[in-house]
Amino acid sequence: MTVRVQEGDFDVGAELDGLTAGNKKIGGLAVFVGLVREMHVREGYHKDRVDALTLEHYPGMTEKALEDIEAEARKRWPLEATLIVHRHGRMEPGERIVMVAVGSPHREAAFEACEFLVDWLKTRAPFWKLEETPAGEKWVGAHTGDNQAAARWEKKKA
Amino acid sequence: MKIRYFAWMKRTVGVPEEEVSPPADVRTVGDLVTWLRARSPGHAEALAEGAAFGAAVDQRTATFDVVLAGAREVAFFPPFTGG
Repeated sequence: MTVRVQEGDFDVGAELDGLTAGNKKIGGLAVFVGLVREMHVREGYHKDRVDALTLEHYPGMTEKALEDIEAEARKRWPLEATLIVHRHGRMEPGERIVMVAVGSPHREAAFEACEFLVDWLKTRAPFWKLEETPAGEKWVGAHTGDNQAAARWEKKKA
Repeated sequence: MKIRYFAWMKRTVGVPEEEVSPPADVRTVGDLVTWLRARSPGHAEALAEGAAFGAAVDQRTATFDVVLAGAREVAFFPPFTGG
């Protein structure tokens, strides 16, 4: 039930403690943490080293979009707790970019909802990645795989 | 009406945002795109037909057939690449 967009890093352990504190109905917690990776491993870009990336976003719309995605997850699965923390600004390889955590009485709902949230936030929340490479700055293009991953949840819509 | 541009579109257009007063016959997001193209070569390039970009009206994702009536802020941006 919490969505946060911030420039600074976050403490995964502290976030999870805060998320579950006082809620004894949670039997399973699924967590995804996204990191900046050093190499651009997508097809055609193997030689491009990513030194850093800057995440731009649309303040105001970003929060609304993430809240909509979270609300959709809560309609689909019985969730006791949800958390999305997404950073913006400049980050170097190894740094955390995003964290999604879902608590539910049962693990299936937690796993599925966590995956759903990550898939949809990649394609529906207004963030853009600008990569710094030895060849200069480059805006990251949308990834077909991400769109396919997000689209499979459309079929499950009631 | 405030128009905002994000990521590479901001650089192509040349400004991150601008205030515009489109005429009454600019009814939809699609009409606005066509009208904005005439403002400069940068606008024409960023908002070119076939270019991959999306829009939001008052901070909600909008398709090009959405009617602008009363909209205060319209944004244009490339496909999202967060996460």
